Amino acid sequence: MSHRELMSGNEAVAVGAAAAGCSFYTGYPITPQNEITEWFARELPKRGGVFLQSESETGSIQILLGAAVTGVRAMTSTASMGWALMQEGISDMVAADLPCVIALVQRAGPGGGNIHNAQMDYLSATRGGGHGGYKNIVLAPDSVQECCDLTQLAFSLADKYCNPVIVLSDAVIGHMEESLEVKALDFGPVPPKDWALVGKANRKDGQRRGLNISRGSMPEPQNPNMTYLGHMEMLDRKFKAMAAAEVRYSTYQAADAKLVLVAYGSSARTCRKAVDLTRAKGLKVGLLRPITLWPFPSQSINEKAKQGAKFLVVEDSLGQLIDDVQMAVEGRAEVYLLGMLARHIAGPGGFIFPNRIVAEIEKLYG
Amino acid sequence: MDKVQVYKQPRLYIYTPWAGMKCTGCHIPIIERLIAEVIDDMGIEGQAIGIMGVGCHGAVFAMIDIDFMPVAHGRAAAVATGIKRVLPNAVVMTMQGDGDCAAIGAGPFLNAVHRAEKITVIMTNNAGFGTTGGQMAPTTLMGQVTPTTPRGRDPSSGYPAHIAELIAPVKGVAYSARGAVNSPANYQRTKKYLKSALQKQLDKVGFSFLEILSACPTDWRMSPLDSLKWMEEKMIPEFPVGEFKNVDRVG
Repeated sequence: MSHRELMSGNEAVAVGAAAAGCSFYTGYPITPQNEITEWFARELPKRGGVFLQSESETGSIQILLGAAVTGVRAMTSTASMGWALMQEGISDMVAADLPCVIALVQRAGPGGGNIHNAQMDYLSATRGGGHGGYKNIVLAPDSVQECCDLTQLAFSLADKYCNPVIVLSDAVIGHMEESLEVKALDFGPVPPKDWALVGKANRKDGQRRGLNISRGSMPEPQNPNMTYLGHMEMLDRKFKAMAAAEVRYSTYQAADAKLVLVAYGSSARTCRKAVDLTRAKGLKVGLLRPITLWPFPSQSINEKAKQGAKFLVVEDSLGQLIDDVQMAVEGRAEVYLLGMLARHIAGPGGFIFPNRIVAEIEKLYG
Repeated sequence: MDKVQVYKQPRLYIYTPWAGMKCTGCHIPIIERLIAEVIDDMGIEGQAIGIMGVGCHGAVFAMIDIDFMPVAHGRAAAVATGIKRVLPNAVVMTMQGDGDCAAIGAGPFLNAVHRAEKITVIMTNNAGFGTTGGQMAPTTLMGQVTPTTPRGRDPSSGYPAHIAELIAPVKGVAYSARGAVNSPANYQRTKKYLKSALQKQLDKVGFSFLEILSACPTDWRMSPLDSLKWMEEKMIPEFPVGEFKNVDRVG
């Protein structure tokens, strides 16, 4: 069963979460993601779920941790500086092997920045922004439909790996409206959550459970011999399994491209237009759009580099995604950046328009 | 003469290697025992979920046969909130130190108080940070020498925080009390306080809070006996034992 609705990307994240069976949401107001929080406040109680406005993003993430501990599908959402405040709790949830989904709708930074569009949290999201060095799968939608579908995928991946999954959106994707096919995607059954804390009387075996953000520091009822390094081995296996199995990307006119644009989120949409404009002029230009920013589609980019392609990274920042592209090409190709300094105006809310990308392509194409 | 049993391990007490890691004269094992007895007396072990703050309290609920989770410094009230909102019939308690609850955790704690979360926060007050070496906490007494108040706490560091009194007037609070385990009489009294606090949660009245004065001879640089004397002479006069709020309806 499905139907179509005109909807913003932010609302589509919430609709996708509900379709995935998310029954708990907590969040703190921050622009440009308020539509997500407000959707849950309006809709979740009607569907038997729990909405709770938190006192801060430091609070959101730890309240979310509490909900995740009980085994329900739970999420929060935030924008850039709220994301910064959540790092402690995200690290805790990785350490405790807890699934959850966090939608990050990027705004401009650093510091207070401004409430308008930007893509400046790429490195923080993909490198495990908190302490201790960890990995989260990061999904980057570039349409309202993907906001809905990737949020559903995020819940499935979070449960599969018992790890937080990030949906990395931005102010443009969050606020634009498109026709959305509202449809629950089937990723198979939710894995059993025997580890969940629900009180031992509510468990078949009647035995207690214990979770820990410092695994190996004390005996765990279900893993009495767990050690610190034993847990690090588990995490290592988990991160490697995610890296091996979860790379996702899409290409546009890339098969014969001599110059490959690499972009995600709202910048990928502008790039598609730039590809059309330059293809019309006879230039062999294509787009490779990572859908998972971590794990990164390094192998596909490396293959393009081996075929002799050049790369132009287009991102609304001073250059973050470009680091991953440079690593992926292993010195085999030239990699250029068209970043936020190429915006059409100097004030907040400027854009890197397709004609600016076309001009850059023509300069580099050679 | 008939044999009299003077000590019996509580039924729900579980020995873990952490039991041996307490310092001589520490009151936390007494508090563990008290909590284990109350949970047993109230018959709530099947619904109980214990959230521990860091440091000396990090293993408290692991010693009691209930579901448990240690969390980050200061975040126990937020985590307890998430659990309780999903499982309204669970009995959710936190065990936090004074630094954990009143310093780094003041934000999550006070907001849980204001939201009238149906949880029970147990805060021990040992007038300093335990595991890190006895540094000043919000509860440190005036003049008390600690590694971060080497000349004694003076007004430049403010004044001792009275958490049980502080939250009592807040609308969402159903119960707030301060107990101690320095004497058998205070032990029994504090047991009653904890039962009252947990009963408020079971009755879904509002937020419930119990502060427990706790000796820390190692960090106080005193013998266990001198610590008990210091509690009587200095600590209890500053932090009186008693109930500060006990209502059946909040708001």
